[in-house]
Amino acid sequence: MKRIGVLALQGAVREHLLAIEACGAKAVPIKKPAELIGLDALVLPGGESTAMRRLIERYRFIDPLREFAKTGKPMLGTCAGLILLAREVEGYDEPHLGVMDVKVERNSFGRQIDSFEADLEIKGFDASFNAVFIRAPHIISAGPDTEVLCEYDGKIVMARHAQFLGCSFHPELTLDYRITEYFMKMISAEIQSLQA
Amino acid sequence: MNQQGTNRVKRGMAEMQKGGVIMDVVNAEQARIAEAAGATAVMALERVPSDIRRDGGVARMADPRITEEVMKAVSIPVMAKARIGHIVEARVLEAMGVDYIDESEVLTPADEEFHLLKDRFTVPFVCGCRNLGEAARRIGEGASMLRTKGEPGTGNIVEAVRHMRQVNSEVLKVVHMSDDELMTEARNLGASYEFLREVKSLGRLPVVNFAAGGVATPADAALMMELGADGVFVGSGIFKSESPENFARAIVEATTHYQDYQLIADLSKNLGVAMHGIEISAIAAGERMQERGW
Repeated sequence: MKRIGVLALQGAVREHLLAIEACGAKAVPIKKPAELIGLDALVLPGGESTAMRRLIERYRFIDPLREFAKTGKPMLGTCAGLILLAREVEGYDEPHLGVMDVKVERNSFGRQIDSFEADLEIKGFDASFNAVFIRAPHIISAGPDTEVLCEYDGKIVMARHAQFLGCSFHPELTLDYRITEYFMKMISAEIQSLQA
Repeated sequence: MNQQGTNRVKRGMAEMQKGGVIMDVVNAEQARIAEAAGATAVMALERVPSDIRRDGGVARMADPRITEEVMKAVSIPVMAKARIGHIVEARVLEAMGVDYIDESEVLTPADEEFHLLKDRFTVPFVCGCRNLGEAARRIGEGASMLRTKGEPGTGNIVEAVRHMRQVNSEVLKVVHMSDDELMTEARNLGASYEFLREVKSLGRLPVVNFAAGGVATPADAALMMELGADGVFVGSGIFKSESPENFARAIVEATTHYQDYQLIADLSKNLGVAMHGIEISAIAAGERMQERGW
């Protein structure tokens, strides 16, 4: 059975754990770097990216997370998690993990009062996906090897680069598990390629 | 079609705060300290609860200049307090673009009979509760987040513990009731039948519930998490302590790692003096903020 970690420093951890379990994998909350060992993949949940970053620094998570990224194991970032993954964050000198080849802008749809839900057309999905955007970031630009999976209102809101999958919105706030299932397929492919 | 102000959007914002600490601040400098320490949001207000308690008089929504100053200073969400039932204070805060409004018993109520009909607003609201009945009524009016009331401005955790235990034991009771007992329980609690059915089917409250009112140390914050809080509000406990930076950081870490007792021991060392506390029995019954609202 796949073991999938959810970075559990803060945010919508429970929802991701439930989504992973619903997709038939073992979900593991991760609070310390040593707990990353033995995982097949990792989810960086929605929450407050600034607060998560403080705790990541304090508990020396940066290097272990970058090492994890180097192993080729899939990582999914939703909202704040996407910001953590991005190679560049608009208006900031340094990225957080800086592993996914996208440039993001924080709070790019406005404040909470501007937060919204909308039906998205996602590449490869046969029906629209109801997505919840909360003080959401968006992807300003994507690298040459990054596949844009969804745009909303002219903004990139979901993309994949190699083993990294990121979205601006919160699939964890709905019971539609198609994005977690998509991530599961990435993990199966990675496990198969390791065995081959 | 893009829909704003839906329950999912309003409640979802609170879900993103889980496991975090929301700190009271009265100016931009304090807001920056809170953000740097890892607060998930700040609550902008004119006076922290312990000062309100000390100074007396009518406590109102903060001067909009303070709230604006805080909104400019940080990138994390900014919450602000409106008086219970004060429709216009709440509308003003919404117009200013604050991310969450606390319809708060810390301020002097504007209406002793009616709380705000929060459903009518696009901005989400957090409200205080002491038991499942209060929680049900606030959610019924449209609150998207709850916090147990505790006794604000005291630095005394006892009321926060009482209220968290009360709410959670009542939730558990409902979850384990048979369907034919729910209507009577609804009458007893002053909650709607539909609400209790929802609690029973979810196995928990339908919105996030933080602890508030008395958190003064890292161990206090961890205690509230242990008792089932989704996160913690800290009012006077940070900026009325000897070293706000230290207390803010330590309380954030203790909230995340609330079951790592060695860690809590380490980060409680040499913090400086915590805010001075007040024994609840020393507060006249009429001056207890938790009695405000119904």
